[in-house]
Amino acid sequence: MKKTIVSALGVAAMSVTAFGASAATLDDVKAKGFVQCGVSQGLPGFSNPDSAGNWTGIDVDLCKGVAAAVFGDATKVKFTPLSAKERFTALQSGEIDVLSRNTTWTATRDTTLGLNFAGVNYYDGQGFMVRNDLGVKSALELSGASVCTNTGTTTELNVADYFRANKLEYEIVAFEKADEVVAAYDAGRCDVYTTDQSGLYAQRLKLTNPADHTVLPEIISKEPLGPVVRQGDDQWFNLVKWTHFAMVNAEELGITSANAEEMKNSDNPAIKRVLGTEGEFGAALGVGNDWAFNIISQVGNYAETFNRNVGPDTPLAIARGTNDLWSKGGLQYAPPIR
Amino acid sequence: MSNTKNSISFVRAEMVPEMAPPINESGVLGWMRKNLFSSIPNTILTLLALYILYLIIPGMIQWVLTDAVWSGESRLACATIAQGGELPNDWKAACWPYVGAYLKLFIYGRYPDAELWRVNMVLIMFFVGLVPLLMPNVGFKRENLVFMLVIFPIASFVLLSGGNLDLNGFLLPDAIMGPSEFKFWVDFLILSLIICGVVWAYMNATDTDPKQAVTITAITMAVLAVILFVMSVDFGLEPVETDRWGGFVMTLVIAVTGIVAALPLGILLALGRRSDMPAVSLFSVIFIEFWRGVPLITVLFMSSVMLPLFLPDGVTFDKLLRALIGVALFSSAYMAEVVRGGMQAIPKGQYEGAMAVGLNYWQSMRMIILPQALKIVIPGIVNTFIGLFKDTTLVSIIGLLDFLGIINLSHSDSTWATPVQAMTSYVFCAFIFFLFCFGMSRYSIYMEDRLNTSHR
Repeated sequence: MKKTIVSALGVAAMSVTAFGASAATLDDVKAKGFVQCGVSQGLPGFSNPDSAGNWTGIDVDLCKGVAAAVFGDATKVKFTPLSAKERFTALQSGEIDVLSRNTTWTATRDTTLGLNFAGVNYYDGQGFMVRNDLGVKSALELSGASVCTNTGTTTELNVADYFRANKLEYEIVAFEKADEVVAAYDAGRCDVYTTDQSGLYAQRLKLTNPADHTVLPEIISKEPLGPVVRQGDDQWFNLVKWTHFAMVNAEELGITSANAEEMKNSDNPAIKRVLGTEGEFGAALGVGNDWAFNIISQVGNYAETFNRNVGPDTPLAIARGTNDLWSKGGLQYAPPIR
Repeated sequence: MSNTKNSISFVRAEMVPEMAPPINESGVLGWMRKNLFSSIPNTILTLLALYILYLIIPGMIQWVLTDAVWSGESRLACATIAQGGELPNDWKAACWPYVGAYLKLFIYGRYPDAELWRVNMVLIMFFVGLVPLLMPNVGFKRENLVFMLVIFPIASFVLLSGGNLDLNGFLLPDAIMGPSEFKFWVDFLILSLIICGVVWAYMNATDTDPKQAVTITAITMAVLAVILFVMSVDFGLEPVETDRWGGFVMTLVIAVTGIVAALPLGILLALGRRSDMPAVSLFSVIFIEFWRGVPLITVLFMSSVMLPLFLPDGVTFDKLLRALIGVALFSSAYMAEVVRGGMQAIPKGQYEGAMAVGLNYWQSMRMIILPQALKIVIPGIVNTFIGLFKDTTLVSIIGLLDFLGIINLSHSDSTWATPVQAMTSYVFCAFIFFLFCFGMSRYSIYMEDRLNTSHR
């Protein structure tokens, strides 16, 4: 009898949440009326809920942009917080439509996992933070240092590679959680704290005396972070890819959420094409021609989301650096919309 | 003997007035002498313990109360001068305004603001139903139990999720009948008939009167139908999906579901394991040993990472439901062994006596064996409950934002990032968990004393 109850409940539950994860993700998304977006379980500036419970961050804004492109309404997006371990399964199984979870683009992930990376919305890299009183100006002077880091991450392996390549002595002091690593570094258990640079800025806020610590200039690994979609659905892949490109293009052309409406009257054909007053670029993506206008007016251009979430006015205070536009010495470069 | 020497004997005519006990045997002094300083090793241990408390307590009070910050708008309220705030540089204490700002999130998770009254209703119903159930002197126990086990779960399901369950056919192929809500009821009827038929056939085969068993089965299926029907009615409530649930409410949902499911399932499994019927006993043994043989974290991982890969494309199970089923099955296996322990402690005479007065199996279990067995294992049962309550925090590993999960998540908010942020929230979390677990433990001791008809 009890087995019947369980199985009946199971059947009922399955019929409740049976959504398709077939090839045409865009059609499925349109049918269910929202974008299901996989985010992190809390990474400052990238995806974290504020005290009101609303998700904020660069990765979150990208998903909102996709929703704005598809529905013309940036609020039609739901977020699934995922651990590092389950993120790819969630995408493969169709539980989420797009994974925007500070995921590093690597060859293995791009090829063997059946996934496609739809661009890079943040160029990160592993860095070092040291105490000022060590007098160290470069990572090459770190011989003999003890290094605090998280266990079982690529950061640990990167450190090993870097120190071996430069023939430096070192000792790893590893902890499970970021909070423990910071506490240990703050208490002086190690000389150096290493993680992704964006993380270093976030964790510096948790130090007893932030001014006593410096982030060294060396970046010892490439961590291009970007949104991920399932392989084999080019239409959806294109849409996510161009959502990011539209935001970068908008920054380049000076279109912001504030002036998008009046920019529609601009004479510049490039701006006209982005805002959909000229050409049929939205139709080619399978959405409305005002797709980019919706993204920019509701979410903002790339500079706006960067500054809002991690920029100089936030507690994180990260400089644009490699994430500046290509024309200003950075790496953010978007193909033209034409 | 005294009579021979002295004819005047002393006879006391009135009672001697009671004297106060010796000063070092009563009052505070006596208590201390008896409990703290009864021997030299005990005295040393007492002094040592006092010294350790002296080291810990003042610092703790300072950290939690006197030095703590109580109001503020952002991390600057809890930041030292070096961190950009105004507190002295060696300050280290709790930052309560951060917990205050996040309190709503900690309790309700990301549940929509406009619908919070629904969660509050569920919480009120829970405590209003639970408190009289726990107080032995209050009447209407049977009605109360029905409320807590039938009405409350359905009502809270409808309130929390919004009800309006989309029922769909599951038995007949689509060719015979298109998918619709009506098809579900047709399928359900067919399923009920099949089950009743199987029960009837089984009872017939074992030479018992099938009438009673079939009636019970039919009533169960009817009750189930009513429950499913209520769940599928559209009450006009805004649907709230489980990814917006969280915080302490989710911890309660998982713990209460686990506890409510574990006890009856556990009792059935324990009976099954001691049963003479080979099929039933084998099934119970395999079930119990399987679930006891794997760690809960494996079960949760399996349900969240592997299960979606096994299911056909496009079929997704709600993540919370997966965790709920996993937790319920897991805890029922443990409960089964606890209950079995109690049943083994009952002397054989009780079983034989029950048979001798002509009770059948279910009657003897219900009236003789189980009341005694369950009474013996109250500490074990409550132990399992407390363990389950604390184990719910494991679900944060599969991305469900329970109480601890949402607390960890809040650390990523850089508006409150300070060195004391994590510690403050963990102290708060520990305090709440302690309140609940300690409450359960005290209640179990109270119940033990009350039910102690003593075999000792």
